[in-house]
Amino acid sequence: MFDLDRWKEIGHALSMNKVRSLLTAFGVFWGIFMLIVMAGAGNGLTNGLMEGVARFATNSALVWTNRTSEPYKGYTRGRFWNMDSEDIKIIRTRVPELEILTPKNFGSDDNNGPNTIRGIRNGSFNIKGDYPDYVKIDPVTIVYGRWINEIDIREKRKVCVIGNKVYDTMFDPGENPLGEYLKISGVYYQVVGVIKPETRININGRTEESVSIPFTTMQQTYNMGNQVHVLAFTSKPGVPVSVAEEKIKSIIRQRHAISPTDVQAISSVNIEKQFLQIRGLFFGINILTWIVGIGTLMAGVIGVSNIMLVIVKERTREIGVQRALGARPATIITQVMLESVALTTVAGYIGLSLGVGLLELINRILESQSRNEEEIFFRHPEITISVALAALAVLIVAGLFAGSIPAKRAIQIKPIEALREE
Amino acid sequence: MIVLNNLHKSYVTGNNSLHVLKGIDLEIHAGEFVSVMGSSGSGKSTLLNILGILDDYDEGDYFLDGKKIKGLNETRAAITRNQMIGFVFQSFNLISFKNALENVALPLYYQKVSRRKRNVIAMEYLDRFGLKDWADHLPAELSGGQKQRVAIARAMISKPQVILADEPTGALDTATSFEVMQILKEVNDQGITVIIVTHEHDIAAMTSKIIRMKDGIIGETIINGDLKMYREIIRSENTFSYV
Repeated sequence: MFDLDRWKEIGHALSMNKVRSLLTAFGVFWGIFMLIVMAGAGNGLTNGLMEGVARFATNSALVWTNRTSEPYKGYTRGRFWNMDSEDIKIIRTRVPELEILTPKNFGSDDNNGPNTIRGIRNGSFNIKGDYPDYVKIDPVTIVYGRWINEIDIREKRKVCVIGNKVYDTMFDPGENPLGEYLKISGVYYQVVGVIKPETRININGRTEESVSIPFTTMQQTYNMGNQVHVLAFTSKPGVPVSVAEEKIKSIIRQRHAISPTDVQAISSVNIEKQFLQIRGLFFGINILTWIVGIGTLMAGVIGVSNIMLVIVKERTREIGVQRALGARPATIITQVMLESVALTTVAGYIGLSLGVGLLELINRILESQSRNEEEIFFRHPEITISVALAALAVLIVAGLFAGSIPAKRAIQIKPIEALREE
Repeated sequence: MIVLNNLHKSYVTGNNSLHVLKGIDLEIHAGEFVSVMGSSGSGKSTLLNILGILDDYDEGDYFLDGKKIKGLNETRAAITRNQMIGFVFQSFNLISFKNALENVALPLYYQKVSRRKRNVIAMEYLDRFGLKDWADHLPAELSGGQKQRVAIARAMISKPQVILADEPTGALDTATSFEVMQILKEVNDQGITVIIVTHEHDIAAMTSKIIRMKDGIIGETIINGDLKMYREIIRSENTFSYV
């Protein structure tokens, strides 16, 4: 129910001293503005960092080999060694926690200039041997054709799937690459697909500048025997990937005579752990945002409370008259509370709007710049509607809180004391 | 209408207790026009506050319209004040940001009467006190006499049984004072009990009963017919004080 007299009174109380009301409102405005901007900036940072990695399988890990650093079982230190296809078979039977297990090999890094040729075009790209399952760990968007499949693996077909940058270099824009041939390190491969990476996690070179051929084809064509360079795997739901990681590492150590204490010989990266760390960091940033934001807001609210106390004191006589004429304590309390809530909510709403406006402005600037520069770590600084609603709820509660002490003071005023002639 | 039996009131500040009313026995009938006089500190304001349920008392009884008034909570007190009592103050106590009409309508606002309805009623009351043309003026734009008339209209709008006026002419010049007293007399003629606190003898002389307070008790009660004699006493007192 809209009560004109009530709002007239609020308007009067706040306009009695406009500068004071404005300064008080500014405290609340600034609190909520800071809260929104900081929450938005935190989200922007999260989005910027997570966008590049978020689609990578979070329960995954990678294992690869290095030169040994300790002599063991008759071998000297500094030995080059590789995992092999046998390892994969044994791991599959002995590590039930695994969901996906896929090896990945890399073409030799000879740095002899362009390794990929098509007619008069050429380029230097990363050559990778892949399994169909690999895209379940590091997802890609198919631009043309398809990804490597089981038949490619079984028949060791000479086909390749190229990254979007490879396509840009080797083909005319809009040209259909499917069925065309690329000469890669001296061997012709038929292009069956073009992919675009969905993550910014790159293993041995950028995915968009890579050429993937069937894993088995690579082993055979480049004389790798049954070598395996990298193992990528995910654990079953509910099982930490570190369990599988440790088991796999110990199996490999055993099979290749690597000292159990030689940490350098076998490396791994646990994406799950990295994710948890990043999440923890963002959680920390969030907490900090709210602590600082709420703190600033509290300072504003205390200001409002203070001013309301002054207003109540100034209006002592008026309140006394109203009491004498029959205003109930509840009427007076509601009046003071409403004044306080009105002040905080209006100020807060302006802060909220300007905060969101600023975030939107930053977002537009970033969007327009990100077209030419892809590597930005700050994306979509925005707040969700739930944060905005939470902020609004905080404001109203804060207003009630700010009004409660002055309201209490207002009803403690005895009409006779208020009315006493000077 | 108002019955007080052996009423006591003390103000306690720290260890000091100030016994202000020391056993007041008083009966005011419906429709009486009473003035309360007394030197400052005699307890006349305290008495008026208790009558107006703005303050509580310690001992004795206070019956207003047959109902005992004692230890009401603030809400009950507010409702009783709103319905039974109209206040008129020395310094008018109009709400500065409300115009004359809104000021008069205020008691009805607390009765939750709708804005349109209460403004219609308030306009009637303003008209009755000759202030119709001033309805949308703020108190600052009114003369002292006009302000007090607005205040009386405000006191009257909730149709109270008692009007309590604390020095209603204290801030007015003689001519305006008589004008205001005339209005209070008219109010009284409608059957409403009017009680005024004053220290001006000529104002008190216009009422039908004078209660003289002295050191927390009722020194004497003078009824209409005795006023002539009372004037004599005053004159002799004044003469005495000049000597």
